[in-house]
Amino acid sequence: MTAVGAEQEPWLDEAAGRLVRPYTVSNGRTEPSTRMELLSMVIATGRQPHGHLEPDHAQALGLCRSPTTVAEVAARLRLPAVVTKILLSDLVDAGAVHTRSPGKPDDPTTTSVLETILDALQRRL
Amino acid sequence: MPYNDGSEPLPSLPTALKLLIAGGFGVGKTTFVGAVSEIEPLRTEELITSASIGTDNLAGVESKATTTVALDFGRITVDQDHILYLFGTPGQERFWFMWDELSAGALGAVVLADTRRLQDCFAAVDFFESRGIRFVVAVNEFEGAYRYQAPDLRAALDLDPAVPIVTCDARDARSATGVLIRLVRHLLSSPTPVGSPA
Repeated sequence: MTAVGAEQEPWLDEAAGRLVRPYTVSNGRTEPSTRMELLSMVIATGRQPHGHLEPDHAQALGLCRSPTTVAEVAARLRLPAVVTKILLSDLVDAGAVHTRSPGKPDDPTTTSVLETILDALQRRL
Repeated sequence: MPYNDGSEPLPSLPTALKLLIAGGFGVGKTTFVGAVSEIEPLRTEELITSASIGTDNLAGVESKATTTVALDFGRITVDQDHILYLFGTPGQERFWFMWDELSAGALGAVVLADTRRLQDCFAAVDFFESRGIRFVVAVNEFEGAYRYQAPDLRAALDLDPAVPIVTCDARDARSATGVLIRLVRHLLSSPTPVGSPA
């Protein structure tokens, strides 16, 4: 069994996977209080969260020290995206996390964004 | 973590942008994502609302079902304000193209094709055409696969002449990055999707 520090990894068993049912983490809730998408960006605000938080919240918060997405937090916590959204929305409610919706292709700035992407890709060649 | 009393401005966040990597099962989508991504591809599970379709459902009766799908994704940091995410569509599911959540907000798509099983990518081509999501077709050149000429492939796929067809080696970072460059150029060259259901 791999039981490691709460800050680094979820409590996992090599064979069985996560040792806690995903919806235990969310207290059985299936809807986040803040609407989030897989590619919503999240970052810790640096404020102390107010209210009671579970260890999973602390892990999620720890993953938000630099800008990241709901999808990445979910993958690293090894939790379904819907459960991760609930944890992160709790952190938003607690003032500890700030979120931003993903970009949309119909945004008027899309052309300049595409040019920026093109430049970045060409630098990678 | 430093204490913040709330008087300081919120940290600024980059915008996440999405490209889709589609194609049939085993065509190399996750390999492609891994080749271009700056991180090892990650996997997440998302609940998806899908219209459930029976093979003999001709009555137009739509029922919605919620399923869990695994998505593989990678990331390319564009600059401090933009991060590009590449999502591999789950190819083992026949009806992934019903999943609006996956395509919502996508800038464009790469349809990976294997010339030995060209029919596997028809669903993706149909889907992106019908949604007005612009795409390129990238033929992943597997060893031992017949090298078709682009006009033959275009005819076989009944592709619009404007849709680029390129070849690639999905394992190779440079080759896969070249496909993304071709896609972004295509997106820049045709700002308004043709046939888009506005």
